[in-house]
Amino acid sequence: MAILEVKNLSVSFYTRDGETQAVQDVSFSLEAGEILGIVGESGSGKSVTCYSMLGLVPMPPGKIVNGQALYHGQDLLTMDEKSLRDIRGKKISMIFQDPMTSLNPYMRIGKQIMEAVQIHEKVSKKEARERAISALREVGIVDAEKRVDAYPHEFSGGMRQRVMIAMALATEPEILIADEPTTALDVTIQKQILDLLKSIQAKRDLTIIFITHDLAVIKSLANHVVVMQKGKIMEEGEAQQVFNQPQHDYTKKLLAAIPTTAKSFPSKVTESTPVLLDVHNLHTTFTKYSGIFFKKIEQEVKAVNDISLSIKQGEILGLVGESGSGKSTFGRSIIRLIESQSGDVLLNGVDLTKLNAVELKTARRDFQMIFQDPYASLNPRMTVFDTLAEPLLTHKLATRQDVGHQVNQLMDDVGLERKHLRKYPHEFSGGQRQRIAIARALALKPKLIIADEPVSALDVTIQAQVLKLLLELTDKHNLTMLFISHDLSVVRFLCDRVAVMQHGVLVELDETETLFNNPQHSYTQKLLSAIPALN
Amino acid sequence: MLKFLLKRILAAIPVLLLVILITFLLIRIAPGGPFDRERQASPEVIENLNKRYNLDDPVYVQFFNYLGNLVQGDFGPSFKYPNRSVTEIISNGIPITAELGLYALMVAIGIGVVSGVIAALRPNTAQDYIPMSMSMIGICLPAFVLGPILVLIFGIYLGWLPVSGWGYQAYDKVLPSLTLGAAYAAYMARLTRGGMLEVLSQDYIRTAIAKGLPKWKVVLHHALRGGLAPVITFAGPAAAGLLSGSFVVESIFQIPGMGQFYLQAAFNRDYTMILGTTIFFASLIVIFNLLADVLLVWLNPRLRHSTLKN
Repeated sequence: MAILEVKNLSVSFYTRDGETQAVQDVSFSLEAGEILGIVGESGSGKSVTCYSMLGLVPMPPGKIVNGQALYHGQDLLTMDEKSLRDIRGKKISMIFQDPMTSLNPYMRIGKQIMEAVQIHEKVSKKEARERAISALREVGIVDAEKRVDAYPHEFSGGMRQRVMIAMALATEPEILIADEPTTALDVTIQKQILDLLKSIQAKRDLTIIFITHDLAVIKSLANHVVVMQKGKIMEEGEAQQVFNQPQHDYTKKLLAAIPTTAKSFPSKVTESTPVLLDVHNLHTTFTKYSGIFFKKIEQEVKAVNDISLSIKQGEILGLVGESGSGKSTFGRSIIRLIESQSGDVLLNGVDLTKLNAVELKTARRDFQMIFQDPYASLNPRMTVFDTLAEPLLTHKLATRQDVGHQVNQLMDDVGLERKHLRKYPHEFSGGQRQRIAIARALALKPKLIIADEPVSALDVTIQAQVLKLLLELTDKHNLTMLFISHDLSVVRFLCDRVAVMQHGVLVELDETETLFNNPQHSYTQKLLSAIPALN
Repeated sequence: MLKFLLKRILAAIPVLLLVILITFLLIRIAPGGPFDRERQASPEVIENLNKRYNLDDPVYVQFFNYLGNLVQGDFGPSFKYPNRSVTEIISNGIPITAELGLYALMVAIGIGVVSGVIAALRPNTAQDYIPMSMSMIGICLPAFVLGPILVLIFGIYLGWLPVSGWGYQAYDKVLPSLTLGAAYAAYMARLTRGGMLEVLSQDYIRTAIAKGLPKWKVVLHHALRGGLAPVITFAGPAAAGLLSGSFVVESIFQIPGMGQFYLQAAFNRDYTMILGTTIFFASLIVIFNLLADVLLVWLNPRLRHSTLKN
């Protein structure tokens, strides 16, 4: 029997442009003990669907237009606040995407878990604490008796997500709604959390709704899948069937957008291609302070520890590693956004580490960066035209009269219509914004581009488009790129060679296919095996 | 923690020295002196007076003499009231002024925080607009307008509260405290609202709601602590301002506090008195800012662990 049945749910939001439909006529049912995967890109309504069932959508601006969400026959949508509160957190629990922000930073984790228990059950403080400790133990927190009194910031991202899961499960709910619970985590941590959820689900016969944008994650987990786009259900069915014989075009498109293959054309780089960037024994160290009150502990963190590598003209070198591996620091050290302690960085034979401030400013023309978050890295108060024209004018590569021509050229290059030139960044979608960021990086015709997770914030279909664009552009302009990413399949799709970093050290560097097919270092092997596979 | 406090206190010393130096020089630059009267005294008398208070020494000598006395806790004699020392005058005024300031601070925090929280719970509704418009009025109305209005309404028309005095009749402390605290309450309401709105949009608030907590628990247990950070930052200088007294409020309600001396000292060119009150006020600012910082760090476990040692 279905324990949760959603019938014809429609949710809308009042916005400045009038009422927009976030969820339209969505129906599905949830059987006890199953894992239902809801997949979709951002804006597909997958989260709103679940949030509105528990009254977590702020109203206004949200409004439930129509529909029912029957939990054991009771409609959650029409229930009064008090009765809904008894179900929320007690019968249906939630975990969220970002474990860094989803826990209250001001409260000890034990207290946060106890609170969930105490609000729903008449238990003593001591009992609640015991429950919290055993919940923490269940999710694999070592030394739970002590850690129960720690604050969230004393845990790593993966551990915090475990704490979240412990908090959600401490009340022994029937249904767990997991909203992108592994999206913010590294791939090896993601695997651990997914394994944990699977084992808990089996042990407790828990029912799970798993919301994600990542088809591969769903595939390894769900029995049943719902595919959503723009607020509507596109396809629904048994997981095996949806993945193996997708019926709807959108599902097919989603599946096709995931990079699974190697670079589609052979590298132009040969033995005789000259080296563009040569890094020798680069060291970048931070000093970290820790310890409480009196004890001052200074700790040297070697973010980049003795790294040497070279990139040839026209080559795309992938740099992979988990968060904290030092890959971004390495990228920034090369172009001296962060000063390193020792080592040489030769760009076309010129040592960047030896340049003075004035020389460095001129040299910056030759290398540009593309950042992860196009929302944050574009100035919101400048039009696209100004954003693109600014570097050209500052470096005197164009005059006020002919800058328009070059800017138009750039827009063509990145596949944006010229008529958008007078618009501001917020008027564009995420993918378009990243195109603008790419155009800006290309404006000065740099020799080297350092791309730091440029597609990580994008939806999978948009990601596929941007990756294709990057491939075309590097080919057309013979660009050299250091492509920093945590996503191994993206790196495989784009890069000629791949470097793997762990704890600031370069552990492996090889041709892409050689590395993927025959990883030598144990860490590379671990990384590769942690990727949830689609086929 | 001790080290952090010690460092901050040591850092305050140059600040205070600079305040003293600037004040000392400014009052010497200002035209006129302590013994100028409408009826001019004879040059011999002035000379004698100058001699008696060492005003004929070079300015830098006077400055160092003053500092020397200051470290021994001696603010010097008042020029205006020859028989009383500045220390004596200030310490006579402090208890009353501080009591008034304390009540005003309670008014400010109480009314400000509560109405700010209320406004933040339902932004852009009447529940938000009403307290926020009131606070706008509170900020715009100076004490010398608000005070008489309150006196008129509650003292004269309604006859509920005494119109002046301090400690002579029951409840005569209510109106001055309200008048002094009102503007600060208004600022605090706006700061609380801003802080709370920011915190209420955080992910961990959503987590708390998803746990099934009732709204008041979410606000009290999860939101308030983070939401009050801007209020505490402001409360430091606010407390200093309130506790050091207000000439306007003390005049309106005829309260024998310290407020009157700030103005009188300046008019009379009572050098030592000006310096004394300025140092007093500056020290309060330094102390309360430090307290606010300590409180902020103590409230935030992340800062508690990392910032204190640096």
